[in-house]
Amino acid sequence: MNAVEVRGLTKSYGAVEAVRGVDFDVRTGETFGFLGPNGAGKSTTIKILCTLAKATGGSASVAGFDVQGQRDDVRRHIGLVFQDTTLDTYLSAEMNLRFHAELYGMPRESVQPRLQQVLEMVGLWERRASKVLTFSGGMKRRLEIARGLMHSPRVLFLDEPTVGLDPQTRASIWDYIERLRKEEDITIFLTTHYMDEAEHCDRIAIMDEGKLVALDTPAALKASVGTDRVTIRTDDDDEALVRLPGAIRTSEGVVINVEDGEAYVPQLFESLGVPITNVSISRPSLDDVFLSYTGRTIRDTESAGPQLPPFMAAGRGHR
Amino acid sequence: MTTIAAVAIPRRSITLDLRAVKIVMQRDLIRTYQDRTRFVSALVQPLLFLFVLGSGLSSLTKGSTGPIDLRTFMYPGILATSTLFTAMFSAMSIVWDREFGFLREMLVAPVRRSSIILGKALSGATIATLQGVLVLLLGFFVNVPLTPGLAVQLLAEVFLLSFTLTSLGLAIVSRITQVQTVMGLMQVFLLPLSFLSGALYPLSNLPTWLGIVVRLNPLTYAVHPIRTAVFDRLTLPDSVRAQLNPAITWFGWSVPTAVQLLLVATIGLTLFVVAVAQFQKVE
Ligand SMILES: Nc1ncnc2c1ncn2[C@@H]1O[C@H](COP(=O)(O)OP(=O)(O)OP(=O)(O)O)[C@@H](O)[C@H]1O
Ligand SMILES: [Mg+2]
Repeated sequence: MNAVEVRGLTKSYGAVEAVRGVDFDVRTGETFGFLGPNGAGKSTTIKILCTLAKATGGSASVAGFDVQGQRDDVRRHIGLVFQDTTLDTYLSAEMNLRFHAELYGMPRESVQPRLQQVLEMVGLWERRASKVLTFSGGMKRRLEIARGLMHSPRVLFLDEPTVGLDPQTRASIWDYIERLRKEEDITIFLTTHYMDEAEHCDRIAIMDEGKLVALDTPAALKASVGTDRVTIRTDDDDEALVRLPGAIRTSEGVVINVEDGEAYVPQLFESLGVPITNVSISRPSLDDVFLSYTGRTIRDTESAGPQLPPFMAAGRGHR
Repeated sequence: MTTIAAVAIPRRSITLDLRAVKIVMQRDLIRTYQDRTRFVSALVQPLLFLFVLGSGLSSLTKGSTGPIDLRTFMYPGILATSTLFTAMFSAMSIVWDREFGFLREMLVAPVRRSSIILGKALSGATIATLQGVLVLLLGFFVNVPLTPGLAVQLLAEVFLLSFTLTSLGLAIVSRITQVQTVMGLMQVFLLPLSFLSGALYPLSNLPTWLGIVVRLNPLTYAVHPIRTAVFDRLTLPDSVRAQLNPAITWFGWSVPTAVQLLLVATIGLTLFVVAVAQFQKVE
């Protein structure tokens, strides 16, 4: 059984078509990334999957339950971390989790151990008695992740878990997500518009203007747009150029494009006959992938504020 | 890492819904406790009405209220008015919850929406009733014969009224997303409701139009039982009683207190159902 199944999903807000017919499956146990620029329809799709919004057309199921017909069952089996924080900042971290436990009807005896487990997992156990008001942005996110995990959901939805955080905090959030994958038997469905973060996912879907434009593993997506670039520095670049057909000289050294850089390099060391002093392999980035599927880089779409239709420009943050 | 057995969430049941009602209430009470200053400062308004306005006007009305102090007459109305304010403002907290995101945490939980709204309505009623206890104590200073019996009766009426008013508040704010908007909207409701309820003046000899409007205002049917409860315990000549606390009549029929209370309860339940239906809607 797939953790999430989506068929022909559409959602309109008046004249705005936020989601325009998407189909995909998320396999049980995988970390699935939903990638796209502002206003692509990521949050809207999540809201439908979480039963918070009603689809205009199509169908979807989560953890085997239909999101329209079996709302309560869906809700019992999902954990949610929204794009905008939903904590009660005047309560302590622990009270926020206890509130959640009560609302979800967790068996009483399981609340305390589970509370400790999830708070320890995100490194907030020591701070459990502090009001959330006193937490940094990263701590709040971690607390929300902990709360989303309280009731052992089958599927955890994370809508832009790292948005607005500094690089270090982003990295630590990803550490927690990685741990989560190892320690909990869970499917993770997340959205992001940071291309580098998508590398952490087993598979990613790229959404643009309400449609899916690509869906595959990060490696396959990158492979589909190009080859690896191997750059070497040698004691004798001229000789190397002669011995490597197709190679070119650049300011960085001798560059050669190959299918699989990692497999190629050892072979190169053995056969080149010229001492190599430095090697680097660069792969097409997901930015290149995005560019090739949408005709724009993700940064263009973000900085293009004024050129976007007003509804897309307004799609961020204001709710 | 020691793995702790995954938690299994049981299916929905009455017990779970009751737990949800309780925790929603509990949270509001904790928040009110944390914000004790605001709770106490809400007393300023009844104090002003009773001791400043009441004392000031007394010199004007001396003679016309007979043997009874104007402030004793005003007291039940002020109890009702302060309930009105507290209850409506507690309902407003749900707009805060919406604007600051916490409402979403509640709305995605696997419980009935009605449990959450019931929790909100009951917490509003409880907070307003606790406020009522403070206002009740003011009665000692204005010659209200506050026996335990009267106190219990008044608080029960205040609780019923505040449930109705919190439900009214919830129904009004259910579609509103910003605290700012709701502040303005509340102003539209609060003073008219209280001015047109007979809280501050007797219902005898009103101009026809005012008599009609007052009869259409649900708050009237809460103020009157509260005042009657107080007046029942005062020794007054019948003429004064008739002037200051006349029965409410519908086309000549004087409406019994029980019917009035029933009316308030019915309106409260109806508004509660409306509020639930409003929150039931999904995007
Ligand atoms: N409640 C709403 N009412 C009207 N339009 C909406 C609503 N929610 C979303 N939209 C519109 O639907 C489109 C998709 O929005 P959505 O929030 O799903 O984008 P997103 O991919 O999550 O973007 P972001 O990266 O900014 O979070 C946008 O054009 C947005 O303006
Ligand atoms: Mg979004």
